[in-house]
Amino acid sequence: MVKAKHQRLILVSLALVALIGAVLLAMWGLQDRAAYFVTPSDIAAGKGRDGAALRLGGMVVKGSLARDPDGLTIRFKVSDTKKETPVLFRGITPDLFKEGNGAVAEGRLGPDGVFVADTILAKHDERYMPPQMAKEASAK
Amino acid sequence: MIAEAGLAALWLAAALTALQLALSLGIAGPVGREVRTIRGVSIAQAVMTLTAFGLLILLFLRSDMSVLLVAENSHSQKPWLYKFAGTWGNHEGSMLLWVSVLSVSGAALALLERRLSDQTLSASIGAQAALGLGFFAFLLFASNPFERLDSAPVDGRGLNPLLQDPGLAFHPPTLYLGYVGLSVAFSLAVAGLLRRDVGPDIARAMRPWVLGAWVLLTIGITAGSYWAYYELGWGGWWFWDPVENASLMPWLAATALLHSVNVLAARGGLRAWTMMLALVAFSMSMVGTFLVRSGILTSVHAFAVDPERGAFILALLAIYIGAALTLFALRVAHVKEGAPFEIVSREGGLVANNLLLSVILGVVFVGTLYPLIAEALTGDKLSVGPPYFNAVATPMALTMAALMMIAPQLRWRRDSAAILPRLLPGLLVALAALVISLWLAPQIGLIERSALAIGLGLVPASLLPLIGRSLRRTPLATWGMVIAHLGVALSIIGAASNSAFTVEVLHAAKPGEQVQVGPWLIEFRGVRPAVGPNYTAIEGELRATRGNGVSVLHPQSRYFTSPPTTTNEAGIETFWNGQLYLVLGEEGEGGKWQLRLWWKPFVTLIWLGGAFIALGGLLALLGRWWKGRSNRTDKTPKRRKGYR
Repeated sequence: MVKAKHQRLILVSLALVALIGAVLLAMWGLQDRAAYFVTPSDIAAGKGRDGAALRLGGMVVKGSLARDPDGLTIRFKVSDTKKETPVLFRGITPDLFKEGNGAVAEGRLGPDGVFVADTILAKHDERYMPPQMAKEASAK
Repeated sequence: MIAEAGLAALWLAAALTALQLALSLGIAGPVGREVRTIRGVSIAQAVMTLTAFGLLILLFLRSDMSVLLVAENSHSQKPWLYKFAGTWGNHEGSMLLWVSVLSVSGAALALLERRLSDQTLSASIGAQAALGLGFFAFLLFASNPFERLDSAPVDGRGLNPLLQDPGLAFHPPTLYLGYVGLSVAFSLAVAGLLRRDVGPDIARAMRPWVLGAWVLLTIGITAGSYWAYYELGWGGWWFWDPVENASLMPWLAATALLHSVNVLAARGGLRAWTMMLALVAFSMSMVGTFLVRSGILTSVHAFAVDPERGAFILALLAIYIGAALTLFALRVAHVKEGAPFEIVSREGGLVANNLLLSVILGVVFVGTLYPLIAEALTGDKLSVGPPYFNAVATPMALTMAALMMIAPQLRWRRDSAAILPRLLPGLLVALAALVISLWLAPQIGLIERSALAIGLGLVPASLLPLIGRSLRRTPLATWGMVIAHLGVALSIIGAASNSAFTVEVLHAAKPGEQVQVGPWLIEFRGVRPAVGPNYTAIEGELRATRGNGVSVLHPQSRYFTSPPTTTNEAGIETFWNGQLYLVLGEEGEGGKWQLRLWWKPFVTLIWLGGAFIALGGLLALLGRWWKGRSNRTDKTPKRRKGYR
């Protein structure tokens, strides 16, 4: 049986080890698992060429939405009012996904410069745009 | 006039809170005085706050469009239940709900707590009042729910249709009751540290609050997860969304606190650690609320809020959490050491449980806040999603589940190799599950396989504490532990089975086409229009057959006019061994409709497990309450000692 004083010391060190362990674990996890939020301008500047997981945000360009004959694959362009990035997605789009609305596509940039999305998140309104875009939109 | 009365009630309640704080400072000071006054004041302020909240509900029920909040968040044509729930389906209303719960908790503490000395009780009521004051200030100065509108609109803007769901009407209040129930544990810890009175008594006073809050959080999180699952139509049950994490973090802290409070109440150990956890648990509630309310982390269902409010809440957080941690640092040296124990003992197991929970809490916390920190430091915008959380949290959670097979079998203080035979049932089942899964399902991933094995092994292991006892004489608290741990096992099995065995088919089908989804043959029969109380819909008809069983499902796309939105209502049918989950998409070229079809084996165990966990907590709470009552009748209450 250890003395109470010693025991407290052991417990405190255990707690510290756990805390440091949690931080280290988190840092290890974040290294290659945090998806950067990018805009079409970032893509044009060369981001995402390494095939890293990204979240691409912007407005769905009006008139850019096209459907493949399989009825499931859609292609559209996302714009941040400066640049546009083509996006390919196979699946059912969320309810709020419309041309002219903001959308976030999660996925990777393909070698042909087309962003292949696994998931699409559509946002209710301008409040969900990246802040700098919201500024531009409200200035109009 | 109702709105003005509500605002007046709020001001009055805030004034009473200030009085409560002043009184408690007087009573908790060197001169002990009667607690009766402060009790009265805290009840009065709870009544005032509830009055304000009740008046706001009334305004929503009457669709009083001259009130800004009602005009922006309600609609005169809505079903009454959603008018009612609309009260807290917005920022101001939900903050008023928060303050109401905080006030009522303080009053309940003042009324019901009989174990603590007058000074410690007064100090804890004072701490509760200090918490209340900040949030009252926030309501009155930064988000007045009773603000009038100059020209009243006719109908109002409506409530986000996604939120029009009976279950969701009661989801925020449940979570809030849980969040704020933890405030009492926080206040008690503050009082204990202030009065240098940290011991089993504080733990016993804390325990029912922690248990109650934890049960409500468990119910809220489970229900929220199910809501997201059936309402959002993505087939997922947990998205690691900031809002979900906001409720998960207090739950993790409360789970750890629940276990450490027992060590302190029963054995007098882990004193400083328990106080620390009590401070952390409510801090996590506040951080969670701040994350959701500030709209800083964009999320599917956070209300966006202007930055001033965010800054206000951030300042409140900094003050409260900073002050609490400072107090802890100053007083921790005065907290007595607890009774010693060996590593292999019940206490040792609980320490391990607490450490693992703290690590999970740490990685979830870092992952949730990392986007904020990264943006502040480097300007990079990034999001941390499921890949991170699954990689760091799942192995930890499984380690904890494995520990749960062992720890409840251990005795207090010290144990020996004699318990090994008691561990066999769980281990054998886990091994058998491992072997069988390797043989029948070689394709599934390592994590899913281990989760299945551990989950299945935990079923017999969690039932063991009941073996060899007379079931009628087993204390309710033990039943609670058994059922809650069984619930954890069920949830793990459900989640693992869903990850490992779900079949998903994405298909564009013409009416009459058939698709095979796992064991089901699904025929798309076509679509027809449908009408609801405040929406119109397109309803698909799908006929699912498996052997002789036939089910017809009707997924819908719903169109709401106010505000104009479309939502997707999945067609869901539950069977004993899984769920069919069918989503109707849009019409494409050539009359084909997009269909997303899932067969999810045993997915419902996830939420059934959650219900078991909550039920276990409830039983433990009832058991304590019973025991407390029977003790109170045959023993003189402790607080009388030394006063005669």
